Amino acid sequence: MISDEAKQDPVISALLERFPDSIEEAHTNLGEPTVVVKPGDIRAVCRFLKTEQKFVRLSGLTAVDWLPREPRFEVAYHLQSVERNLWLRVKARVAGDKPEIDSVYSIWRGCDWYERETFDLFGIVFKGHPKLTRLMMPEGWNGHPLRKDYPVHGFKYSYADKQ
Amino acid sequence: MPEIDELLEQDAGESQEPDAGVTRRMTLNMGPQHPSTHGVLRIVLDLEGETIRKAVPEIGYLHTGIEKECEVKTWQQVVPLTDRTDYLANLSNNLGYCLAVEKLLQMEAPPKAQWMRVLLTEVTRINSHLVWLGTSALDVGAMSVFFYCFREREEILRLFEFFSGQRLMTSYFRIGGLALEPPRGWQKWIEKFLKVMPERVDMLENLLNENPIFKKRTQGVGYISLEDMLDLGVTGPMLRGAGLKIDLRKDKPYSSYDKFQFDIPTRTENDVYSRYLVRMAEMRESLKIIRQALDGMPEGSHVADAPKVVLPDREKMKTQMEALIYHFKIVTEGFRVPAGEAYVAIESPRGELAYYVVSDGTSKPYRVFMRTPSFGNLQALPTLFEGYPIADSIASLGSMDFVLGDTDR
Repeated sequence: MISDEAKQDPVISALLERFPDSIEEAHTNLGEPTVVVKPGDIRAVCRFLKTEQKFVRLSGLTAVDWLPREPRFEVAYHLQSVERNLWLRVKARVAGDKPEIDSVYSIWRGCDWYERETFDLFGIVFKGHPKLTRLMMPEGWNGHPLRKDYPVHGFKYSYADKQ
Repeated sequence: MPEIDELLEQDAGESQEPDAGVTRRMTLNMGPQHPSTHGVLRIVLDLEGETIRKAVPEIGYLHTGIEKECEVKTWQQVVPLTDRTDYLANLSNNLGYCLAVEKLLQMEAPPKAQWMRVLLTEVTRINSHLVWLGTSALDVGAMSVFFYCFREREEILRLFEFFSGQRLMTSYFRIGGLALEPPRGWQKWIEKFLKVMPERVDMLENLLNENPIFKKRTQGVGYISLEDMLDLGVTGPMLRGAGLKIDLRKDKPYSSYDKFQFDIPTRTENDVYSRYLVRMAEMRESLKIIRQALDGMPEGSHVADAPKVVLPDREKMKTQMEALIYHFKIVTEGFRVPAGEAYVAIESPRGELAYYVVSDGTSKPYRVFMRTPSFGNLQALPTLFEGYPIADSIASLGSMDFVLGDTDR
């Protein structure tokens, strides 16, 4: 669904013109332009945003787990154009059974640790990332802590045991 | 990490016999307990003689799962957790989180709270820069600066204690305004601070600006191109030290920063020395902002008129039924925040600090993502290190100004 205000936004209208089939949703809620992109097209959209729309900075990259909704994960990219002083949020919805999305490492090198962190904490695989290993948790850790089905106290300890 | 294992294997394979005339290769493990990494950062260096050929940073030693913990706290209870990420600039963290939640709630703090927030975050900026200056000058051999910096910092911590009752983990900003009314006579304290601080900054600059050892160790050291920095996600004084006039306080004003007059100091040399000069100039600009905030402090309440969000006044609770009900509701289940998402970026002392807050309409945050400046800045470490002598690496590491608690969260 594409809201009417979103169509007025210069960046979103340019995206709609260039990628009419890849944009699933666009809105400007709370004054933050947001587009939801099909996960397969994320690299093409990001390349277009960087080269032609001057979004030279990837400010942050993270994911949100919407268990039990399907597609389960939402990967959120926050972009900034220094030259135009514009911000944009790009989201892609990733299925829960085999979470995979293309890496944007070839576009912004700064996504390196963000993608590794998201892989570590959510278990989303970024295809094409040169060294996708755990960043925060120790190697060989069981599970991905920021998933909603991971208990806050971990699997090792449980409050139920202490009776 | 496979990359580190590779380096270590390579090192074990090398002959350990000293060869005359041949530069030896060596793998050196720096950290996690190295004094100049300012925390628990591990860097594995591949050296050829004294030149660094490859640097692999490893973080995560201080990962405490703050983002996960946010999901089981109520909205207001998250504020003290944000203090514990960047413990040198806790009020900036509070501000970023509160602004993000206030955006979701579509409310605004009253003018007095906004100005007070500006005043105190600028004091925080000075505090953070003082610690940075003291420790990074110590790294390059200037010992006395460290003592002077921590003496001034002590004054600031005492100021924080006066305002909030806490020296480090202040949690003074809350959703909807401030935690407490500013204490009686706070103007005098700030006035006193403003009186002594400019000459103290002068004194610190006198110690270092023309110091030949300091200049030798910092000038022309730690170069990294502006394109690389933007690509790698570096923000803050490092970008301004390379000549880019970027500051979220001007570009995307929040908390009535648009009502203050200040400059964005920039330098073009793009080395450790220019980053030092930028931070010193920023301290002076902060003093200017504090002066304006003190002189023009608006009258009124320190919290927004939003009974469903802000805890009621203690006196009102004793006489009014509604206040008692609201108090009970807020304390037992918290307040609900409309479903949605907000990404609010502010200029912390270290660079761009952003909070991505997602709500599903309940009284607990669904997801809190902290885009912390140290995390982005530290990604530039291999680019800053590789190809330069190991002695320079300590100076350029200091110039990045990171806090490991902020990186690992």
